[in-house]
Amino acid sequence: MTTLLSLVVLLPLIGAATALVFRPRPVQRTLSFVTLGTSLVAATSVLVDAWSNDAMHVVRMGGWPGSFAITFVADRLASVMVVIALTVTLLVLVYSVGQKSAGERSAFYHPVYMVMSAGISQAFLAGDLFNLFVAFEILLMASYVLLTLEGSDAQIRAGTTYVVLNVIESMVLVTAVGLIFAATGTVSMAELPARLAALPDGTRIGLQLLLLVAFGIKAAVFPLFFWLPDSYPTAPSSVSAVFAGLLTKVGVYCLIRTQTLLFPGELNDLIVVVGALTMALGVLGAISHTDMKRILSFHIVSQIGYMVFGLGIGGTAAIAATIFYLIHHIPVKTSLFLVEGIIERDSGSSSFDAVSGLARRSPAFAAMFLVPALSLAGLPPLSGFLAKFAIVRAGVDSEQWVAVAVALAVSLLTLVSMTKIWVGAFWGDVEPAASVGVGILRRHALMSMATALVVVLSLAIAVGAGPLYDFANKAAEQILDVAGYVTAVKS
Amino acid sequence: MTSPEHPKDVSNSGGARNPSDIVRSAIFDELVDRWLSKVAVLVAIYVTFRGHNAPGGGFAGGLIVGGVFVLQYLTGREPHVRFRTILHPTRLLGFGLLLALGTTVTPLFVGATPLESHIWKLDVPLIGEVKIVSSMFFDLGVFFVVVAVVLMILLSLGTRQSTVFGDEDIA
Amino acid sequence: MSFSLLILTGVLFAAGSYLLMERSLTRIALGVGVLGNGVNVLIVAAGSSPAEAPIIGRVGELTDPLPQALVLTAIVIGFALLSFVLALAWRNWTITENDEVEDDVEDRLITRRDSSSAKSTDERHREDVSP
Repeated sequence: MTTLLSLVVLLPLIGAATALVFRPRPVQRTLSFVTLGTSLVAATSVLVDAWSNDAMHVVRMGGWPGSFAITFVADRLASVMVVIALTVTLLVLVYSVGQKSAGERSAFYHPVYMVMSAGISQAFLAGDLFNLFVAFEILLMASYVLLTLEGSDAQIRAGTTYVVLNVIESMVLVTAVGLIFAATGTVSMAELPARLAALPDGTRIGLQLLLLVAFGIKAAVFPLFFWLPDSYPTAPSSVSAVFAGLLTKVGVYCLIRTQTLLFPGELNDLIVVVGALTMALGVLGAISHTDMKRILSFHIVSQIGYMVFGLGIGGTAAIAATIFYLIHHIPVKTSLFLVEGIIERDSGSSSFDAVSGLARRSPAFAAMFLVPALSLAGLPPLSGFLAKFAIVRAGVDSEQWVAVAVALAVSLLTLVSMTKIWVGAFWGDVEPAASVGVGILRRHALMSMATALVVVLSLAIAVGAGPLYDFANKAAEQILDVAGYVTAVKS
Repeated sequence: MTSPEHPKDVSNSGGARNPSDIVRSAIFDELVDRWLSKVAVLVAIYVTFRGHNAPGGGFAGGLIVGGVFVLQYLTGREPHVRFRTILHPTRLLGFGLLLALGTTVTPLFVGATPLESHIWKLDVPLIGEVKIVSSMFFDLGVFFVVVAVVLMILLSLGTRQSTVFGDEDIA
Repeated sequence: MSFSLLILTGVLFAAGSYLLMERSLTRIALGVGVLGNGVNVLIVAAGSSPAEAPIIGRVGELTDPLPQALVLTAIVIGFALLSFVLALAWRNWTITENDEVEDDVEDRLITRRDSSSAKSTDERHREDVSP
């Protein structure tokens, strides 16, 4: 199991290195699929073990003892995140091969893509803060390259915003790690809870705020979200789908870790307020735009708000709801970006003024948009409804009335802006002259197949919501049990 | 686009390939090419291999060799560097990474944890006992990666025309 | 913790943050470098006290090796980051023949849409540039 766990991170890196040496495109594609697929299998077996037994797996690199080693820890939450992340990266890889974008044809696309996947897995599994920082840098560096790979004017502009903001985020994070080390003498997440608790209140809150700002920039919460709708839309759809689905979730995941493990229950009121503002401002931004990618990007922000709100409520039920939300949101958001990418590829524009009547041209394609869109807005019986319901119920239980009201209003506004895309691109008259949408599924078979699989994944989350929710509950209990984590990792 | 795949291909680069075509300062060139480069490479090798028990290592050694390439760039610009690049930098990067990662995963096959190091002691005639540490291969990998990155920076940023690495596969 | 190192950290942070806010990509690149060095100095200053190098065989009071390992990693990452920003600046220069980061087109569209009395964005942009 130790071997499998380390291979989850190391295999994609090895794949990337090999793909740099052997660069013909078929070789690179095969390498990507094989390594990411094998990592997925390895991660799944770790997950199955975490699900069935009550096991927490720990790998210490180099065989060093306790707090000196680079540690990987796979508890329930980490292993489920790794599996979902790898599944989505693999499906988006299929899509990007079908997309034939200029980016994918570069000899660097596949190596960098694998490096990013390794970084994401490492961030989920990191057992010490510095390892987490390194994981962030790996995935960020890869994401910079993927975002600007085509080198167009717009990409460079957006890339600059993205890079500068993330540089600031990295600097804040590494400063926080340095100061935490100075204050406590360790960066190991297993030793930090006790040592942080022993610090004076002022120091502890200062350190926590630094970490919250760093992860907040990555997760795009209010007031640090403005870079996201600016930069994501310029990337090729496949890349922005992965960014939208996974990178911001890494930020949310780290926020969950900080709030449950390192600083349990502190500053929760602040987080609720931030969550509510993030939801509201994100959805307002979405309503003001007419470009599909922009709308979807603003929706990422508003959806992050729900997760942050759930995290701020605290307690097993709310954390479980947040975890469920996190899991459900990854395939939903990814599939929306993928559908948008197909439209863009077919019509050459991501503004919904340019297309109409897609529903009549291809009902199956329209369904592929409708399912995740309604799920995002939170309509029953889709997974989004369950996730939102769980969060709102936890909010009602803890009497956060204002934030609950905001959450409900935002859900309605989400539906409004999704309707805007639907009416603009899918309804309306079919323009006889334009061939947009005729046989759209057949023409982009590979892309459509990948998108359909992601949609099926999100439907599977709705169908399997019962067991999955149980699992989220167990994961929440596990991460709230700080003492359990400490003993499992230290021993 | 120039194709970095064929470093000695003159036809579509737009720049001079033969060092003798390049206008450069004779003294500087003499100093760098004939003396400094060789001494620096020796120092780099020394720094890389002492890294296990004393300050130094692959990163520092790689930077020293990178510095040599930067000096050569100063004497003869980008073609001058390209002329001396035998292995395509992207390949070199991949090779270095493979070496480092290979060292990382090899312990897994003998039942140890990743990155765990092993020490072999050999008796070599005349020299005496030689210690070989498995982490040396990791350091060598890092060395190659750093050299490759410096080369890529010089070759892609140090030119008038853009050498976009990775573009060579675009049909 | 050394007072002079703290002052140095402060100066590097201030200069780095200032440079990051510029529009010129070259200055942003410099800012990345300066800020990164500020962070490195901070980690060294905060994390370790001056003592013997922590190498097997040395005796006496040894300094904590972990901050140095962290800083080395941070330096390598900073190196990679800086070269990426330089590549970005270079690419920007080949495309636009200048060094400036431009406004977001969609943002301009939205600003134009809701300000009928306002000047055109081109004019506004020109005003931004000229002193």
